Amino acid sequence: MPYLELKSVSKAYGANGSRTEVLRDVNLAIEQGEFVAIVGYSGAGKTTLMSILAGLIRPDTGSVTLEGRAMSGPGPDRGLVFQNYSLLPWLTVAENVRLAVDQVFPEKSEAERAAHATEFIEMVNLAPARDKRPHELSGGMRQRVSVARTLAMNPKVLLLDEPLSALDALTRANLQDEIARIRAQQKQTVVLITNDPDEAILLADRVVPLTAGPNATLGESFIVDLPHPRDRKALNHSPRFRQLRRDISQYLLQSRQDRHATITRKLTLPDIEPEDLSIPRTMLGRSRPLRSSETREATVEVAS
Amino acid sequence: MKAFKFDWLILPLIGIAVVVLLWQISSKTWAKELPTPHKTWEASKEYVLKPFEKRGEMDQGILRFTWYSLILVAKGYAIALIVGTPIGFFLGLSKAFTKTFDPIIQVLRPVSPLAWLPLGLVLFLGAGKQASELGALFTIAICSMWPTVMNTAVGVRAVPQDYLNVAKVLKLSRWKTLTKVLIPATLPYMFTGFRLSLGIAWLVIVAAEMLTGRPGVGGFLWQEYNALLYEHIILCIITIGVVGFILDRLMSLVESRFKTA
Repeated sequence: MPYLELKSVSKAYGANGSRTEVLRDVNLAIEQGEFVAIVGYSGAGKTTLMSILAGLIRPDTGSVTLEGRAMSGPGPDRGLVFQNYSLLPWLTVAENVRLAVDQVFPEKSEAERAAHATEFIEMVNLAPARDKRPHELSGGMRQRVSVARTLAMNPKVLLLDEPLSALDALTRANLQDEIARIRAQQKQTVVLITNDPDEAILLADRVVPLTAGPNATLGESFIVDLPHPRDRKALNHSPRFRQLRRDISQYLLQSRQDRHATITRKLTLPDIEPEDLSIPRTMLGRSRPLRSSETREATVEVAS
Repeated sequence: MKAFKFDWLILPLIGIAVVVLLWQISSKTWAKELPTPHKTWEASKEYVLKPFEKRGEMDQGILRFTWYSLILVAKGYAIALIVGTPIGFFLGLSKAFTKTFDPIIQVLRPVSPLAWLPLGLVLFLGAGKQASELGALFTIAICSMWPTVMNTAVGVRAVPQDYLNVAKVLKLSRWKTLTKVLIPATLPYMFTGFRLSLGIAWLVIVAAEMLTGRPGVGGFLWQEYNALLYEHIILCIITIGVVGFILDRLMSLVESRFKTA
């Protein structure tokens, strides 16, 4: 029996008229200790999929099971690292981590909880910044706090929702190595969502492509049989790495071409005509024609 | 204009001088009843130089009167915050609550203190001697709580979904979500509301004291108007303005402390 399983999950947004199905019939089975990366286009429904895994939104159909038990809501057993860090800005680094630790381990003593929080702050190399507030930290550091906060909850599954997408390339590479190191240390079950096939291949045991939305679904898995630890420089010359990258990119591009979908949306065209300078100015300013924003229904063909 | 040394001091002084000059000219030309600045000072000297002296119920130093007014404001303002903040939270949290009470709030909000005060006095008629104080408190509280209510509601609605998701993932209880996430995230908005409310409370005090005849800056103003001592009206106006300005500055300081958090 798989450790974490998604069975025929689908999710649609919007009211009846302009209802868009984001995910359709998504199936995924993850073994304990496995690192799975889901790669897909922006807007394909990656974050929706992650929110379903985390329990923040309910799927319209299908089920999510962890260790054979169906999950209904969010909980600390699935530690979610948010795309935008979601640190509480009025708390310091240590307090942000402590909030999670205090909540998940109420039975431990004060000293034990403090030590537990410190352990994870040190794991992400943030001990010197423990009393700083999030706005004093760089993006990379904030994301490390977020990772520390999540890992400190001892989650059964670590969910990483495009954790590095807001970072610059160098910081990104750095944090990728850090994630690989922590993962090797913790032997955690991880689901990573990303739009970067290289990142997926570098970190994961298995890469699952998410086809282009709407009606996105998971494609066939690509097993990454490269040995750990992986060195990014050596990897660039590995024929197996290149082949995987080619295959995954090919698959994603193909999925996009197969698609002829339209989205209908209500658009509000804002009223931004320039002022007519030829009309003379009066005491009350310049008299101008009455204008108002316009609402239009627009139908767009998506990725044909 | 280019900045020069001490411009922060000299320019405001020039502004004051211009207004005093206009005042002087007015009292000499078209408004003969308006006391000149000099006469105003002569008549007010006693109240300003011995600000805490008590010579009679309605004949006291100006700061002593101010102190009475401030105490009354503090009480009414405290009631406004205690009542207004939870209402703001409910409005921000519950759509049903908003739909139920927002229309009535919007109707009550623009009602003037002068309209509330008689109602306040009627409400507390049974309280006998206390009636005027309770009526005044009621008026201050009900007029000054709206900015707190509205700003708190806006603040609660503006709490980022991300923070609430953190609370959900951590399975924080309702109480903990409120104290650990919602209240800290709303504080900057709440303090903006608190500052605006204080400004209104101070506005209302004068009207309340005028109508009830309580000792205080406003009561003194009205009494001196009836006694035809127009110099003291100006003294009261200046005092009310300065105190209001100081209160607003103080609240801004508190507010800016929470803005950075």
